[in-house]
Amino acid sequence: MASTEIARQAGEGVRGVPLAGHVGFDSMPDQLVNKSVNRGFCFNILCVGETGLGKSTLMDTLFNTKFEGEPTQHNQPGVTLKSYTYELQESNVRLKLTVVNTVGFGDQINKEDSYKSIVEFIDAQFEAYLQEELKIKRTLHSYHDTRIHACLYFIAPTGHSLKSLDLVTMKKLDSKVNIIPIIAKSDAISKSELAKFKIKITSELVSNGVQIYQFPTDDESVAEINSTMNSHLPFAVVGSTEEVKIGNKMVKARQYPWGTVQVENENHCDFVKLREMLIRVNMEDLREQTHTRHYELYRRCKLEEMGFKDTDPDSKPFSLQETYEAKRNEFMGELQKKEEEMRQMFVQRVKEKEAELKEAEKELHEKFDRLKKLHQDEKKKLEEKKKSLDDEVNIFKQKKTAAELLLNQAQQAGGSTTLKRDKERKN
Amino acid sequence: MSESAKPHHPSPQGKGEKTHGGDFSYVGIDAILEQMRRKAMKQGFELNLMVVGQSGLGKSTLMNTLFKSKVSRNKSVQSDPEERIPKTVEIKSISHDVEEKGVRMKLTVIDTPGFGDQINNENCWQPIMKFINDQYEVYLQEEININRKKRIPDSRVHCCIYFIPPTGHCLRPLDVEFMSRLSKVVNIVPVIAKADTLTLEERGSFKQTIREELRANGIDVYPQKEFDEDAEDRMINDKIREMIPFAVVGSDQEYQVNGKRILGRKTKWGTIEVENVAHCEFAYLRDLLIRTHMQNIKDITGSIHYETYRVRRLNESNAHLISQPSDHPAGSLLQ
Repeated sequence: MASTEIARQAGEGVRGVPLAGHVGFDSMPDQLVNKSVNRGFCFNILCVGETGLGKSTLMDTLFNTKFEGEPTQHNQPGVTLKSYTYELQESNVRLKLTVVNTVGFGDQINKEDSYKSIVEFIDAQFEAYLQEELKIKRTLHSYHDTRIHACLYFIAPTGHSLKSLDLVTMKKLDSKVNIIPIIAKSDAISKSELAKFKIKITSELVSNGVQIYQFPTDDESVAEINSTMNSHLPFAVVGSTEEVKIGNKMVKARQYPWGTVQVENENHCDFVKLREMLIRVNMEDLREQTHTRHYELYRRCKLEEMGFKDTDPDSKPFSLQETYEAKRNEFMGELQKKEEEMRQMFVQRVKEKEAELKEAEKELHEKFDRLKKLHQDEKKKLEEKKKSLDDEVNIFKQKKTAAELLLNQAQQAGGSTTLKRDKERKN
Repeated sequence: MSESAKPHHPSPQGKGEKTHGGDFSYVGIDAILEQMRRKAMKQGFELNLMVVGQSGLGKSTLMNTLFKSKVSRNKSVQSDPEERIPKTVEIKSISHDVEEKGVRMKLTVIDTPGFGDQINNENCWQPIMKFINDQYEVYLQEEININRKKRIPDSRVHCCIYFIPPTGHCLRPLDVEFMSRLSKVVNIVPVIAKADTLTLEERGSFKQTIREELRANGIDVYPQKEFDEDAEDRMINDKIREMIPFAVVGSDQEYQVNGKRILGRKTKWGTIEVENVAHCEFAYLRDLLIRTHMQNIKDITGSIHYETYRVRRLNESNAHLISQPSDHPAGSLLQ
């Protein structure tokens, strides 16, 4: 029969060969891009920040559309997350954008658990993807990816430093999602204060070990712009969907009695920088980081938690399946053991109860016997007494009849004198 | 690479938006295409081609012609004549790094010397099927790992080029048997080798016969009808399906024709130009494989053939270990 010999030539040191002419695979990137265009893209942004910091307005301004939803009230009992999905299209690119908002963040009196619902939400998205990936019949290429690609953390423009809620939340989120901190409503801070504020924030983040997202500097074409932008973090933004006439153009701006803050003016705020970084330069990198770093970390932790381990190359394949099987057997064994225990305990208690009842029964019998005996004794005694009484009565009767007889005899013989004497004596 | 696609500024359409013209309303979502392109160029591509056919049909020459370089070792230059025809089917895989206009590609050519060369060719497809399944297995193992690599190295066979000898009559039983088995696990592109021995009419009728036989035996070669995504795809692919199998001639020697140096075969009665579509269909094959459908081939391998293998494999171990319905997902424990 036929057998195989797999001879791999120079596996590690793969030779490069020069091409003698135009082959044509330089169209590969185009083919890849076309395929992606047909499939469409998806991008998910999570906005974390206190109520009233302008999250929805900023999203509207960034993507130049009016998203749904009214401003939320401040009386939420806990932090919930609301997500909205939109289909945007620009030239031939279709984008499925999902914006997730934290509702009620920072509104409670006790904010200890605020970060929990956010972490749970992010984990749930990873979990959904993991489940899809582990399915037997899966459809990964048409799966709607809901994992959060970027988290915009809105910092309140106090001008002093980060709040402890911010630090705690960011620390919990930095290993799960790409965090981009931004200073919201930054038209409330003056330029000099802003510089100090930014320095303070970055130093606090560094000293607390919070890993925020760094724009990648390994690709030469964008390394320069990314590294300059990295130094401008956190971006101080202003959002506005209203337009104001400046000069002869209509620009997005916020109008105050003392002047107008233009959103797209780089001197006024960092909105343009944010848009550049988030959308025009690094969107793909954000998606890639989410998939290769954060998702892989989650997957690794989750699988290790479940007890799966990587097997050696020479041992049996499908560690997942076998570990699952082993775990299942273990679990069933434990279940059976517990069942046994319970059954035994039950039997034990039944026995005890039975013994108790028997004891009680015995006692009752004894008591009954005793009482019966007593009763019999009494009866006997009474009978004896009765007998003796009867005897006495008999004796008395006899005596009485004897006495009466004597009397009669005496009457007949004696005379009435004795009777008289008796009568006198009687009187 | 540094050609930044300067986008014209149409306005984005969303839910209830206000349309404006000009720079004002441009968001920049389509910049993602450029980002993707950059990333792809940086990462490079991988392509694994397998050539199957009897010895002497010009497989290595065709590979060299396709990629315009010595990617495949020619058997005839082997010094040891005893090694010429192997006793069994071997699988030899050679990798090369090629680069064109900044696009790097790791090309792997998998040769199968000994196929169909014995007197008794029973089960000669088995080593090949085993090899293909082994590649799927390796990929699956890596994917299932807990600590897995960022980019799983893709050694799966993307496309198998099957060489049909130019008899001019019909498919041989070996061809039918092989193709019907392998079309289920890998993309097969059948080609008529050494097509310069057939005249145009013979070629036409041979192709017709082959197409009918393929249909009669239920062999689905690439591009498969069921994987056409939309009407446009179907149209393009129908045109290709009309031409299958491609009648090709390979050559790695250049000759002077009409003042130009082109690849061809020089004979006493004329020179066959490899890239001339009037002479042979090499150019169509090259366009299909490399210039237009390479990504599609890889996608079908990844999302359909590999997934089929995966489903079968996971169900196998399911049935082996526990007696539960086969739809039981491997990771339901995670719920």
